[in-house]
Amino acid sequence: MNTDLNIIAKTLRRKIIETSFRARIAHIGSCLSCIDLLVYLYWCELKINPSESENIHRDRFILSKGHGAPGLFQVLAAKGFFPLHLLEEFGKPGSVFHEHPPKPGYIAGIEAATGSLGHGLPMALGMALAERIQKLEYRTYAMLSDGECNEGSIWEAAMLASAQKLNKLTVIIDYNKWQATSRSQKVMAIEPLSDKWKSFGWDVQEIDGHDFSQIENSFNKAREESKPSTIIAHTIKGKGVSFMEDDNNWHYRIPNADELQRSIRELEDGL
Amino acid sequence: MRSLFAKEITSIAKKNKKVVLLSGDIGNRMFDKFKDFAPERFINCGIAEANMMSLASGMALCGLRPVIYTITPFTTTRCLEQIKIGAAYHDANLLIIGTGSGLSYSELGPTHHSLEDIAVIRSIPGIRILTPSDPEELKVHLNESLLLNGPTYIRIGKKGEPNIFSKNNNLGIGKANLLKKGSDVLIITMGPIVSEALKASNDLSGENIDVAVATIGSIKPLDKKFLIEQITRNYKYWITLEEHGLVGGLGSLILEWALENSYLSKLKLKRIAVESKFINRLGNQDYTRKILKLDSSGIKETIKKLCLN
Repeated sequence: MNTDLNIIAKTLRRKIIETSFRARIAHIGSCLSCIDLLVYLYWCELKINPSESENIHRDRFILSKGHGAPGLFQVLAAKGFFPLHLLEEFGKPGSVFHEHPPKPGYIAGIEAATGSLGHGLPMALGMALAERIQKLEYRTYAMLSDGECNEGSIWEAAMLASAQKLNKLTVIIDYNKWQATSRSQKVMAIEPLSDKWKSFGWDVQEIDGHDFSQIENSFNKAREESKPSTIIAHTIKGKGVSFMEDDNNWHYRIPNADELQRSIRELEDGL
Repeated sequence: MRSLFAKEITSIAKKNKKVVLLSGDIGNRMFDKFKDFAPERFINCGIAEANMMSLASGMALCGLRPVIYTITPFTTTRCLEQIKIGAAYHDANLLIIGTGSGLSYSELGPTHHSLEDIAVIRSIPGIRILTPSDPEELKVHLNESLLLNGPTYIRIGKKGEPNIFSKNNNLGIGKANLLKKGSDVLIITMGPIVSEALKASNDLSGENIDVAVATIGSIKPLDKKFLIEQITRNYKYWITLEEHGLVGGLGSLILEWALENSYLSKLKLKRIAVESKFINRLGNQDYTRKILKLDSSGIKETIKKLCLN
């Protein structure tokens, strides 16, 4: 299974980079750091039928780090939430496919408009409470970036989720150690991140966010917890393309034709 | 008004199982009855309004009807971006209640004054803004809002507001009411401060100035038909009276409406509102209304100056 997931992730990495080149869309580094997690979520974890993307019992996934949308759009298209050809409109004037997820109703599978960091987790918290109040049957997931943990509203949500014992809420932190302009530890002293979440009353696991076995184990464990769970996924920004890895210039840079070809060659290796 | 809110939301929630009450750690014993019958639908979200507003949006997207309740500055300007993105952009079916609006908490200082809430929320697309003047109007606004799609902001007072409306009034979202007829001057106001306008109007009748008083009730949507009717009555002056700042509130709204509908030439308008500066020397609401000339004496003085010059 992990081989298949690796192949899917490599294929989507290539599509992310090709789309960035063609549509002039940034945030490649952030998309590549979380794509393995997104692939695992949509192929193995989330109970969502793409052809019934508004079923009230579906699991909810919120990409709180909204700038990872170019990665999520590829995942949703590959899973059949909408026809693949719609992504040809990516980045064109008037298209709904741009840098961040729009509000629900424009792209099937998108649960919330994110991009302004710090909103997604509180919205997910509301969705988890709605599940409990209405006695529905779903789990709620929110993917955060480490930079996003700068936002006070993340910690407001963390405290309330803990007080409400929302064990069907799982946070995944794409911990690539960078935010827009600097190392996340340097900007806001994010460490000790694990202890912070633990002290807020959450179950915490630390994993390699590019290792599908570890990802699988962590989600399986989170489902058994009696309190909300955080999976701190250690990742590499730009993962999968040697000259992009851990180089924060790829937060904003868009590849030129040569860089595109080099990326494709690297990603084709081993396929 | 807050007691009526607590009573009415409890009654509504008994019938509508989708209604969830979210409090920003205020209300103390006010919501005991709500908590008694539906503890799972009352959530004290703590002193964390940004989170409360966003989670309400998340609840609304999953089929609930959250009602967010805290003191006006904290449920409006404190979490403005969450209102813009979570509530308005998502067309979330939620209700924001700002309690103790305007200068209701006058002596608590500028941290607790809300004199810019309407200005900023009015600039956000897709959110209704209601300003009931008494408990009865609040009751109607509450019930109607919870049947409509999209977000609503209701700006209410604190406690002890007098009953203003009778059964003859036409209460509802988007409905203004003429409370007292008059031929010289029209005061258009919103919220509990209408009682000051009515007193000023009564006092001025002894001085041969005939002052009409209307409440707007609904900033968005606006009762344009009512305003056009008033234009045809050819008052010498229109006064807007509001316990809100001069910038962006009711006075601005009427001016914009008149400009966009080519009524400016027919309108001599004076705005009575709070000047754009912080209030540092504090007293209770009556004291502050008085020093700001928002009370009946101040209104009388302004109208006399206009009419006698």
